[in-house]
Amino acid sequence: MSNSPSDPALAPELVEGPGTDPLRPSDHADGTREITQPQLGFVGWLRWGWRQLTSMRTALVLLLLLAIAAIPGSIFPQRTADPNGVIDFQTKNPDLYPVLNGMQLFDVYSSAWFSAIYILLFISLIGCVLPRTKHHFKALKARPPRTPARLSRLDDHAETLRPVAEGTDAGASAAHIVDVAQAQLRKAGYRVERYDTAAVGGRPAVASVSAERGYARETGNLVFHAALVGVLISVGVGGGLTYTGQTVIVEGDSFVNSLGLGYTSFNPGRFVDSEALPPYSLTLDSFDVSYVPVGESGQGMAGDFSANLTTREPGQDAKEQSVRVNHPLDMAGDRIYLMGNGYAPTITVRNPDGDVVFREDVEFLPQDANMTSQGVVKITDGLSDQLGLVGFFYPTAMTLHSGALTSAYPALVSPLLTFWVYAGDLGINDGTARNVYALDPSEMTLLAGSTSDVAALQLEPGQTVDLPNDMGTITFEDNTANGGAETVKRYVSLSIHRDVGAPFVLAFAVIALLGLLAALFVPRRRLWVKAVPADGGVRIEYAGLARGEDPAIAVAVADLQRGLETALDGEKA
Amino acid sequence: MPEAEFSLDSVSVLLVWTAIAIYALAFVAYAVDLARRSDLAVKAKDAAPVRELVAAGGSTISRVRAQEDAALAAVEARPGARPRYIWARIGTSLTVLGFLFHVGADITRGIAAGRVPWSNMYEFALTGTMLIIAVYLFVLLKYDLRFLGTFITGLVTVLLGATAIWFYTIVVPLSDPLKSVWLVIHVFVASLATALFALAFALSVTQLLQARRERLAVAADEASTTGDEVAVAGAGAAGAAGAAGKTGKTGPRFLRTLPSSDALESLAYRFAIIGFIFWTFTLIAGSIWANDAWGRYWGFDTKEVWTFVIWVLYAGYIHARATRGWRGTRSAWLSIVGFAAVMFNFTIVNMFFKGLHVYSGLS
Ligand code: HEM
Repeated sequence: MSNSPSDPALAPELVEGPGTDPLRPSDHADGTREITQPQLGFVGWLRWGWRQLTSMRTALVLLLLLAIAAIPGSIFPQRTADPNGVIDFQTKNPDLYPVLNGMQLFDVYSSAWFSAIYILLFISLIGCVLPRTKHHFKALKARPPRTPARLSRLDDHAETLRPVAEGTDAGASAAHIVDVAQAQLRKAGYRVERYDTAAVGGRPAVASVSAERGYARETGNLVFHAALVGVLISVGVGGGLTYTGQTVIVEGDSFVNSLGLGYTSFNPGRFVDSEALPPYSLTLDSFDVSYVPVGESGQGMAGDFSANLTTREPGQDAKEQSVRVNHPLDMAGDRIYLMGNGYAPTITVRNPDGDVVFREDVEFLPQDANMTSQGVVKITDGLSDQLGLVGFFYPTAMTLHSGALTSAYPALVSPLLTFWVYAGDLGINDGTARNVYALDPSEMTLLAGSTSDVAALQLEPGQTVDLPNDMGTITFEDNTANGGAETVKRYVSLSIHRDVGAPFVLAFAVIALLGLLAALFVPRRRLWVKAVPADGGVRIEYAGLARGEDPAIAVAVADLQRGLETALDGEKA
Repeated sequence: MPEAEFSLDSVSVLLVWTAIAIYALAFVAYAVDLARRSDLAVKAKDAAPVRELVAAGGSTISRVRAQEDAALAAVEARPGARPRYIWARIGTSLTVLGFLFHVGADITRGIAAGRVPWSNMYEFALTGTMLIIAVYLFVLLKYDLRFLGTFITGLVTVLLGATAIWFYTIVVPLSDPLKSVWLVIHVFVASLATALFALAFALSVTQLLQARRERLAVAADEASTTGDEVAVAGAGAAGAAGAAGKTGKTGPRFLRTLPSSDALESLAYRFAIIGFIFWTFTLIAGSIWANDAWGRYWGFDTKEVWTFVIWVLYAGYIHARATRGWRGTRSAWLSIVGFAAVMFNFTIVNMFFKGLHVYSGLS
């Protein structure tokens, strides 16, 4: 296996070609130079430090450090990927939490130490790649190196003696043979250069061609490394221009893409102008979902989610489009994703006089795969007291042996809604925002359900029951009465993203991959053919030298020999 | 285990167990081969002219080198011209047979499920191990790597056995996020990369063993020349080598039939870089899929973290091969660590780490 990139026993002119070899950090395995001791003086130290930073060993150590440093992020919950996990960790490990938090172990990928590693790595990378690129541009213009005096010293070497017809000049014949070889090599994609020497004194004339190929290997390497920088910059710059927002739409309702109106939460990047979001609106016409029927494997499993929307943009006709999992919707440069769904029972509350004091589609959050859901109704005005209702919704209600209710199937087979009722102070008068999905009962009295003596309120679609203490009535509206397809409305939660950097990240990643293919699989090698008149014929020498990993160098030399001989034999015939 | 009633899936399970049994037999055959092949090689040498040994001048290291050069020629020989290791042949035949059952198991599972059979941990392991065997058999067409047969069949027997026992899940429909062409591409290519990394790993391990043998041979030579000056150098070296060989100090005897550590390293590297390309592609394809399914192309989800860690480790390995002082033994350790990370990612991370990639189907 003669693919060792270099053999120290070789003549220096082979190892150090006249500028066509790629430039390598001084501690590259092919290199022969040592990192020299620093020269005295500030500049000398700087230069020495820079050379250390851009050495192969530093790059390697930083790469390994990067791999190790990334691991804690898979062990501890990360704020960006799993914020609830972090809170959970904090409650479970109150003593450990501050220590780990101080070490930024919940924000590994934005931590000082992780950033330090990759920033150093990329400085090293740029410092390494820039001089190599400059060098490579020159190498691309250079000619293949001079044919070595003794080709037989190379590992991959062959020699034949070819008789010449009587009366032919062996010198001319040698030159002709090399002409043929040169043409063949050029056709095979080699860059070629003739190095013929005239006869001097007793020595005969020598014809030789030097050929080199595989510059794309170094090009690919440089493109790969540069593209990594491109990926990093796209991620960084793109992050600043990116925003993500969440919203919830109930069937029949609309979302308007404006910060004040539509979003339940919104996270803009540093350079995003939140006042200038593209104006469009989305109306949820219907939501499709299918559940695996009872009795089949995977029973109750939900799939084929589709939020069917009517979308409107200024100056355009309304369009009917759908958002599905894996198939986000493109709207005015934003991408809209379907993140979740649930039931939104329509609830009406009337005071004892029969006046409506509350009427809303209340979004219930699913708690399990069968869509047992929980929601909260807050009635601030119109009744004798503020009311807080904690509701449970069971699309297919079933009573367990314990007497507790549960949902047995996610579709609306036998929907049932129950409420615990609290009265008192909802704690929202002071104007601070409260989570609409949670109730703080600390300033309230329990009137029904939970630990109270009064049973929880139970309603089926279309039913109305009295509130405790004659406070009025509550109705679970049957949506089919209002022309709906199902008894209970559904809602979807959508996530709206703008990621300016993503296409660039992808483009650079693909370029990196292509560069990598060239860098790893294009063989870089030199071949020589030399012809010398000898013993009444012409001695032809073939030799090859791999420049970097090249499992096929021996084959290449053999092919060269066979190709040339076939061509020469063909001429004779 | 599924119910006893007849279904395509139960046929698949039956085929899986048949394949496991055959692979186990193949493993035994390959193990016998390793135990015996050095004797066979020695006999073959005896029959052949002992030119190399004479030329080698009798020093241990040159004898080792001569063996290694012959072994390399054998590794690179065309299938027809390879040494006739009868047990290795039996091993390979059994592996091919096991593979056929394995493919049958995979296809019937796919038909039973009505989709590509790599959508949960069970199916992924089923297909992944199948690809390991496929890549191994394919590589055998070019290189005689049957000395890795014990490793490959052993690995697959254990993985597939564990899969059949612990990971079995009945066929359920795909969840929405998995309904994507990227499932087909991303997971398939990741499995291919894993198979190539497995081969590179095995070669790196043999490389380390061989490097140790070479070091000991050099040490034996030094001991014999600097030692007893009176003794005839050649006899001394032969004696030292013989002693080392007999006491087994230079490692398993089958190493005599393997190429040099340099050659093994270069083979390992070749598989690792192809694996690395596939892994890079896996990373990109996964990001594209994540961007469609989850609304971001990268979020340092646990599985993403480990995919990244593995990628960086192999980038490190490739660098190490080009760094003075790291080529050889040190870079081989990186290839081993890299594959350990691949296995960790596939087993521990899938089963115990929390994240968005909850496709294991286990609960
Ligand atoms: C983000 C960090 C880096 C990654 C992921 C990376 C990855 C790679 C990969 C995959 C290769 C093999 C492909 C090829 O041979 O062209 C490679 C080669 C190379 N890298 Fe890097 N690299 C990184 C940083 C660096 C740095 C900082 C340097 C300079 C010190 C460097 C210098 C080189 C050199 C000289 C080669 C060619 C090795 C050879 O001769 O075969 N790389 N790199």
